[in-house]
Amino acid sequence: MVWDKHEQMATGALADLQLERLRFTLHRVARQVPFYRNTFKQAGVDLESFAGLNDIRRLPFTTKQDLRNNYPYGMFAVPLRDVVRIHSSSGTTGMATVVGYTQNDIVTWSNLIARILTMAGVGPNDVVQIAFGYGLFTGGFGLHYGAERLGASVIPISSGNTRRQIQIMQDFKTTALVCTPSYALKIADVMMDLGINPNGLSLRYGLFGAEPWSEKMRREISERLGIIATDNYGLSEVMGPGVAGECQECNGLHVNEDHFLIEILDPQSLEPVEPGEIGELVITTLTKEAFPVIRYRTRDLTRLLPEPCPCGRTFRRIERITGRTDDMLIIKGVNVFPTQIESILFDIEGTQPHYNLVIERENNEDKLTVMIEVVESIFFDEMKKQRTMVDLIKKRLASELGVGVRVKLVEERSLERFNGKGARVIDKRQL
Amino acid sequence: MRVEQIAVFLENKSGRLAEITAILAENNINIRALSVADTADFGILRLIVDKVNEAERALKEKGFTVGKTSVIAVEVPDRTGGLAAVLDCIQKIGINVEYMYAFVNKTGENAVLIFRFDDMSRAIDLLQQEGFTILQSSQVYNL
Repeated sequence: MVWDKHEQMATGALADLQLERLRFTLHRVARQVPFYRNTFKQAGVDLESFAGLNDIRRLPFTTKQDLRNNYPYGMFAVPLRDVVRIHSSSGTTGMATVVGYTQNDIVTWSNLIARILTMAGVGPNDVVQIAFGYGLFTGGFGLHYGAERLGASVIPISSGNTRRQIQIMQDFKTTALVCTPSYALKIADVMMDLGINPNGLSLRYGLFGAEPWSEKMRREISERLGIIATDNYGLSEVMGPGVAGECQECNGLHVNEDHFLIEILDPQSLEPVEPGEIGELVITTLTKEAFPVIRYRTRDLTRLLPEPCPCGRTFRRIERITGRTDDMLIIKGVNVFPTQIESILFDIEGTQPHYNLVIERENNEDKLTVMIEVVESIFFDEMKKQRTMVDLIKKRLASELGVGVRVKLVEERSLERFNGKGARVIDKRQL
Repeated sequence: MRVEQIAVFLENKSGRLAEITAILAENNINIRALSVADTADFGILRLIVDKVNEAERALKEKGFTVGKTSVIAVEVPDRTGGLAAVLDCIQKIGINVEYMYAFVNKTGENAVLIFRFDDMSRAIDLLQQEGFTILQSSQVYNL
């Protein structure tokens, strides 16, 4: 099944449509968003001479820092009265990014999610249990609106409380599960503990995203829950979920190319890699009204899968995301930057903190431990005060990052001194 | 009236206490009293030594996190009810003990109680009023 005919567009027609939409978007952002007007001007971009899709390479990039610098509404291309929804990443001012959607954007987003659900096998007769968090995170609401658009019966259960998830899955006869891949395994674990046989459930499909996973995990999820497990991809800066998704071939994610123009670039030279080579995914939105982005550097590494897909969709496929070009961590589906942790610790300690981040996966659940070298400003002779300090650090980190952490105090000079970014992280997860 | 105590952060791993005592020995520093408070992850070592500043410097040089706090040393006869008398007096006016430890002095006649109260000044005033012997810091360092 295919949700709409665009997904099978001939390549030439697609390129024409992309170019038309790109030109329109570029003119709009140059008019409406001071940031783009300035960067285009600095780069000497003449939109009138924009002849083909390849000319996109003359345009400057947009980075997460640019979005942060324009917090909260600086990158919006419409006045706030036209915005009907706002989502945001975690973090304080200087770290957070804010995105907005017009009524049309919500319609587009819903349709793109409906495509992805259809690709994964879900239809109007399905009962979709959405175990992504609802809130500022785009995952819950994104999938929710798309599943309603599709005409499925939606259970907006949100994340957490695994036993209740299973109870509802049994009682409401859920046929499709939407969550992170690690949470799917956690659900399988708890089912086993409760002595529930997944074959007795109505579950047939699982759509997984928001964190990296592997073929090994896919096999495990498929076998243990008895479902077709597909991957889907998106990021809030670009739209949220719905940028790309897997069909039932389970072999790479079709990019919704009529709405997103993608480039795969060498992260150092920022030149295109050879087709099929791994590089950084760079995305330009073609139809977003409230929050268009031009050449947004996702920092996600992937490659194009050049062969046509047997499913009949002409949209090109990317391989599952294989890594990052920056130090962003994904903990239980939540994006965490070590710099966020560093600035909180600096704030508490009053000096440059020495810390390491250890990430483990215990019982299919991510655990982030922040190891902090004790300095005098956070050391007390009284145990009560010392414990209060540990709790305070824990609370500050959890509220700022949007995910719970463990805090372990260690002696001064006991952590390895790393040079360069990304190196403070010890990721022990085996996907 | 107050005695300086040093506190050292310790991870719960073997050999750390030995290392600290070795550093102090190398620097000719005598330990008068000590106590360890610990959790599953870490511990706080509290020390009364004869040369506070030297001890602090030596331990910091070796990379330990060291804090200095003032405590009170109360001398009581080493017999039944000695500690109870102090606690009873303190508790009556609502002062709390944050922590305490004790040792018996060389003669074996008296016990020395080291206290950290939540209100140190009031505790000192009260204990003096009630006639308890509060040791001077020099007395404690040279016990």
